[in-house]
Amino acid sequence: MTTAFESTLNGHPSTTAKPVRRLADVTVRFAGDSGDGMQLAGTQFTDTSALLGNDISTLPDFPAEIRAPAGTLAGVSGYQIHFSSNEIFTPGDEVDALVAMNPAALKVNLGSVKDGGIVIVNSDAFGPNDLKKAGYAVSPLEDDSLSNYRVIKVPISKLNSEATKDFGLTVKEQDRCKNMFALGLVYWLYSRPLDATLDHIQTKFARKPAIAAANAASLKAGYAYGETLELFHEQYQVPKAKLAPGTYRKITGNEALAISIATAGRLASKQVLYASYPITPASDILHQLAGMRNFGVITFQAEDEIAAIGAAIGAAFGGALGITGTSGPGIALKSEAIGLAVMTELPVVIVDVQRGGPSTGLPTKTEQADLMQVLFGRNGECPVPVIAAASPADCFNAAIEAFAVAVRYMTPVVLLSDGYVANSAEPWLIPDVSTLPLIRVEHPAAPADGQPFGPYRRDEHGSRPWAIPGTPGLEHRIGGLEKEDVTGNVSYDPANHERMVQLRAAKVANLKPAGEPYLWTGEQEGDVLLVGWGGTFGAIKAATLELQQQGIRASHCHLRYLNPLPDLKEVFKRFRQVIVPELNLGQLRTLLRDRFLIDAQGINKVRGQPFTVGELVRGVRSRLETVGTADERR
Amino acid sequence: MTLANRNSLNVLKPSDFATDQDVRWCPGCGDYSILAQMKKVMAKLGVDRSRTVFISGIGCSSRFPYYMNTYGFHSIHGRAPTFATGLKLVRPDLDVWIVTGDGDALSIGGNHLMHILRRNVDVKILLFNNRIYGLTKGQYSPTSLAGAKTKSTPLGSVDNPIQPISLALAAEASFVARSIDVDVKHLEYVLERAARHRGSAFVEIYQNCNIFNDGAYEPLTDRATRSDNVVYLEHGKPLIFGKASDKGIRLNGLSPEVVSTAQVQPDDLLIHDERADAALPFALSRMHYPEFPEPLGIFRAVERETYDTAVRQQTETAIARFGEGDLQKLITGNETWTVK
Repeated sequence: MTTAFESTLNGHPSTTAKPVRRLADVTVRFAGDSGDGMQLAGTQFTDTSALLGNDISTLPDFPAEIRAPAGTLAGVSGYQIHFSSNEIFTPGDEVDALVAMNPAALKVNLGSVKDGGIVIVNSDAFGPNDLKKAGYAVSPLEDDSLSNYRVIKVPISKLNSEATKDFGLTVKEQDRCKNMFALGLVYWLYSRPLDATLDHIQTKFARKPAIAAANAASLKAGYAYGETLELFHEQYQVPKAKLAPGTYRKITGNEALAISIATAGRLASKQVLYASYPITPASDILHQLAGMRNFGVITFQAEDEIAAIGAAIGAAFGGALGITGTSGPGIALKSEAIGLAVMTELPVVIVDVQRGGPSTGLPTKTEQADLMQVLFGRNGECPVPVIAAASPADCFNAAIEAFAVAVRYMTPVVLLSDGYVANSAEPWLIPDVSTLPLIRVEHPAAPADGQPFGPYRRDEHGSRPWAIPGTPGLEHRIGGLEKEDVTGNVSYDPANHERMVQLRAAKVANLKPAGEPYLWTGEQEGDVLLVGWGGTFGAIKAATLELQQQGIRASHCHLRYLNPLPDLKEVFKRFRQVIVPELNLGQLRTLLRDRFLIDAQGINKVRGQPFTVGELVRGVRSRLETVGTADERR
Repeated sequence: MTLANRNSLNVLKPSDFATDQDVRWCPGCGDYSILAQMKKVMAKLGVDRSRTVFISGIGCSSRFPYYMNTYGFHSIHGRAPTFATGLKLVRPDLDVWIVTGDGDALSIGGNHLMHILRRNVDVKILLFNNRIYGLTKGQYSPTSLAGAKTKSTPLGSVDNPIQPISLALAAEASFVARSIDVDVKHLEYVLERAARHRGSAFVEIYQNCNIFNDGAYEPLTDRATRSDNVVYLEHGKPLIFGKASDKGIRLNGLSPEVVSTAQVQPDDLLIHDERADAALPFALSRMHYPEFPEPLGIFRAVERETYDTAVRQQTETAIARFGEGDLQKLITGNETWTVK
């Protein structure tokens, strides 16, 4: 499907009969048991909305347990989609329409629904047992606890079972189609066509025609139910967004990273080795790359996190692009090997898709609390460049940049993503491969003048030569023991050690970023500068625009390079107040205070969830009230 | 051994494999002999120095790469197999050797050893087993005998030692051998066989630490006792030992037993078979002094597809089937929309 199509409702027999109201901006959340197929319903709704030309931003939210006990609060899986006719930056603060497949899903998600919002419940799943598992003494459908919402009770299980009865499926197989019924209903509500999802069903179940037919029937039944149901008085439409011209696709952070890693190999004309040990939320990168063997990518599922980075470093020693991907606990295990890559000055990229910590923490939830770990979590003076992707689409740029920096400066580079960036989706203006800058790599040959080879002789960037095995005359030994300057021989000389520590530090401190060091929104001076990094980009940007609407002179500086930090001293001086929103207890804030001697304040949250725009706006306003705006002070 | 890596033009001497670095092992260390035999084998096989890589972990043995004038990587404790695996995945053209010790390979690096062997990555692994931690000055190791009194076990070790050969066999290593530092002819033979093997070759080398565990293998090296305490494994030949070749090994059910050659028929003796399945080499790996003579030689040598070959073949198949990947197509994906 390469062309935009209007909402012509192809694939459905009848046309709408109810009044249609235009909305600029809607947030929908599908919620159910982790086995209810809510992630699939959510991604399908996202695909369809993207193809319709809406701007989109999504937030999958699922439990760490693959199948927590059915019907319990712990097992609730949700997928939120924000779709709009305007440019948007977040998955939406509050939900306009919630689909709750059972009482637990209702209980967990009701707090996110705005007053007067639509709540569609599967009324078949509200029996005494279901209510008990969710901790309801009385059914919320029977008391007045939902009086603030427009509750639509739909016997989804029964209707689905009726719609799918003629395909020879077991009861269980039939029941698995009910997410499609719910999806069809919501498609009707927001005037979305069914064809993209019908195509998806045909492809996914190509070898199981009965299951494909049942899913399609349930989807269509859900749609038809919307048309006939008395309880819906109207239907909604969200027109196309006015995005920059070009061809778009939907992309998640992990997809973008995988594609970017393959692209980096091409741009450098290098074999790529992606070595990884399965870990949430990074595993999808491994899965995606495993299918890219014909793109010059080898994946290696190592026996543990240490073996994964060891293999990546070994590949780099051999002259390939070595990369490993993990999450916070894996970084802890890789720390010693990162130090070895610093000492041996080999180019390797380490991806940290952050999740809630410490320890095993919240594996499926997002957090930004690994910043200090990747900057300082190693023995000795051990600097590494750190790049943080600001959004799902930015992951594409970030991984290419990480390799460009790694090979130019002969250093390991940490690339930070997080659970939110990894799994959420947004539209991506598809780049033209031919316009991407090549990554230049040079391997030396033996010196013609017969001079001895200096494995640690540095060029103008402070980088040592990337001499690779197979090159006659450059045989040399590297390792984790301190190196003598130039020769690379083992050295315990005190003055040499100090010199080498400083050379390694200077190389990283002075490196030139391979992309934007930071992203800027707003004027160059004002009352408040919001400084962020990583996956909070969208929320902070949206909050900045909201604050500007409210008459506050707010700007936003979003750091992509955390090491080396750009020099922001003069920038900070032009703002009365610097506020650093982070999904941790203030790690970047600590760095900025230390580096720039400013009284930066934090807005901090560690709930495993991204910031909402509203809480940032409120947080900034409350801090400004304490400090006072420029106008009030004058 | 990759044939292309033979250097047929320049004939190298063992001394051509020495670096300009001073060798810093203690005088009298068994490592010197291993280094010397290694250089001899390299020269004999005419290997290309530029296509040979020695990778090590941490410990006395792991200084080895500094003394070989090839490419070398002195990595971190226990992890040499991981670097070697990554290197072979992208550079199957290289000859890669891992040099490790009993602490490095069997304690901190035990996990990686198991996995590199089961994958059959085409690398040669030399495990210098001196049954002690030397570089950290004398703590017991995973191969120290039960009861060993060391700095960290003044009351004697209560750990049951690991059997490296049994471990390698259990991990499905395709080549498993044992030699000893002072038996230079045998060591040279085993190293050469390892070099010629395609796949993971695991060689345990009994090595004397004359500072912290001197005499650990004395019964196997002392002129007076060694022929009674060592049995050489030779493919197709019966296991016979003793000064007068008067003793042999016979299988009693699944268990080996020592018999007098005078009292049994030659056919009753255990005939060594390098290609035998797990049971025979495993039984041999359990034979230890003083109950048995210690077997030296090749326990197992079988052909099995190497990891690097299998990965390369998968890549070739993927390219044959799907063609060289079209990057623009990959980036564009299947579902797009255009904003005008």
